Amino acid sequence: MVIIIIILVLIVLYLLFTYNSLVVKRNRLKNAWYQIDVQLKRRYDLIPNLVETVKGYAAHEKEIFEKVAEARAKAMGAKSPKEVAEANEGLSAVLKTLFAVAEAYPALRASENFMRLQEELSATENKIAFARQFYNDTVMVYNVACQQFPSNIVAKIFNFQLEEFYSVPEAEKEAPKVKF
Amino acid sequence: MSSVTFYDLIAKNKRLTYLFIFIISLLFGFAGYLIVKIFNWGTAGYIFFALFIIFYNLILYYNSAKLILAVSNAKPADQEVYYQLHNIVEEVSIAGGIPKPKVYVMEESFPNAFATGRSPQDACVCVTTGLLAMMNREELQGVIAHEISHIKNYDTLLMTIVAIIGGLIVLFRDLFFRSLFFFGGRRDRRRGGSEGILLLIGIIFAILAPILVLLIRLAISRQREYLADASAAYLTRYPRGLAQALEKIGNFKGQLKSATDATAHLFIANPFGKDRFEISELFATHPPIQKRIKRILELEV
Repeated sequence: MVIIIIILVLIVLYLLFTYNSLVVKRNRLKNAWYQIDVQLKRRYDLIPNLVETVKGYAAHEKEIFEKVAEARAKAMGAKSPKEVAEANEGLSAVLKTLFAVAEAYPALRASENFMRLQEELSATENKIAFARQFYNDTVMVYNVACQQFPSNIVAKIFNFQLEEFYSVPEAEKEAPKVKF
Repeated sequence: MSSVTFYDLIAKNKRLTYLFIFIISLLFGFAGYLIVKIFNWGTAGYIFFALFIIFYNLILYYNSAKLILAVSNAKPADQEVYYQLHNIVEEVSIAGGIPKPKVYVMEESFPNAFATGRSPQDACVCVTTGLLAMMNREELQGVIAHEISHIKNYDTLLMTIVAIIGGLIVLFRDLFFRSLFFFGGRRDRRRGGSEGILLLIGIIFAILAPILVLLIRLAISRQREYLADASAAYLTRYPRGLAQALEKIGNFKGQLKSATDATAHLFIANPFGKDRFEISELFATHPPIQKRIKRILELEV
């Protein structure tokens, strides 16, 4: 009798412990996603400044400004993680073109304001990439816990779903390196 | 690198720190006991030393990072002036999933950096102006990633405490000898025999303790450098940045003025330059730079 009670207590303790650790892992994951979000927002905020600065030196490059505005609007409107990833991939590509255009204007390249913006944008690109990397690491830890025996039993009982990786097409893996 | 090994490592670092604090407290307690016995201070002396050890541990635990920064002459880095440095620290801490540490700068031409703090929540990263002048963005990122790895693994907790205790033990030893010198005459002449033995033990202890601390410092530092290099490469996914930075640091001739023997092991590379300590690997606070670079580049995919 005593042994049965002890075993039951142990099982309950195990369930409690595993459940809590799964909750912690899932919260970490949410937090990691929030980090990506913060950085994406910061990037959207920086872009108008950049466009204004470039306009000051190269007002006639209208086409590229329109493309940037369009890509930015699309990225801001995206909802699901997959859409967000794709839209931001597009935005990165357009920004790359914008910096390539800026190459042709020495006065622009030399301006303090532009250099600062360039640093801020490449830092933000890095932050997005790192936040994504950290998010994927957390997803992996969480998913492993959901799939590994015996914690998978607890995950099943309390309905912990596997999470998707923030995957991006191979081409975008490398954050655009701005050459100066 | 699975997350389990990292959690093990953090637990090990915390355990080692508390063990270290405990052992040193015991040693101080023993030293206090000897002093009280030799000078016949009685119960008041024991109470004094007990309180001293408690307060010193509290002060040590909560202020060690501040002390290290003060000793190293580090100033908070201005967000506007050092915006790139702030950006890099922020992006690497995102990669490591820790809050952004406080950023400090030392006015020194020697390229070097260190991190300190009890936990990732109150950590500080400090770089020299020489490092900022010499490194490009990727290299600086590699160096910062190395420091962030130390913070993330709680190496900074252990290394900071060891640095402070190392400094204190030397101070304590000097105090011990000086007090013998000044108050030696007041001794109670009746108990000469046992007193002589106590004094002898005290002297042996005073000589051995600093050596012990030195050896611990050497042992904890070197293996952790390799590990922090590897974690840095993992965080940035760009091992070459750190490798190039180390190459540049290794080629620099000179030494860091504000580093002391007690803080040497905190830095990313030996602050005294290679001439002084790299004669024998056994007595070096850091592994040879070329060996580190080789290991880092092996991580490249």
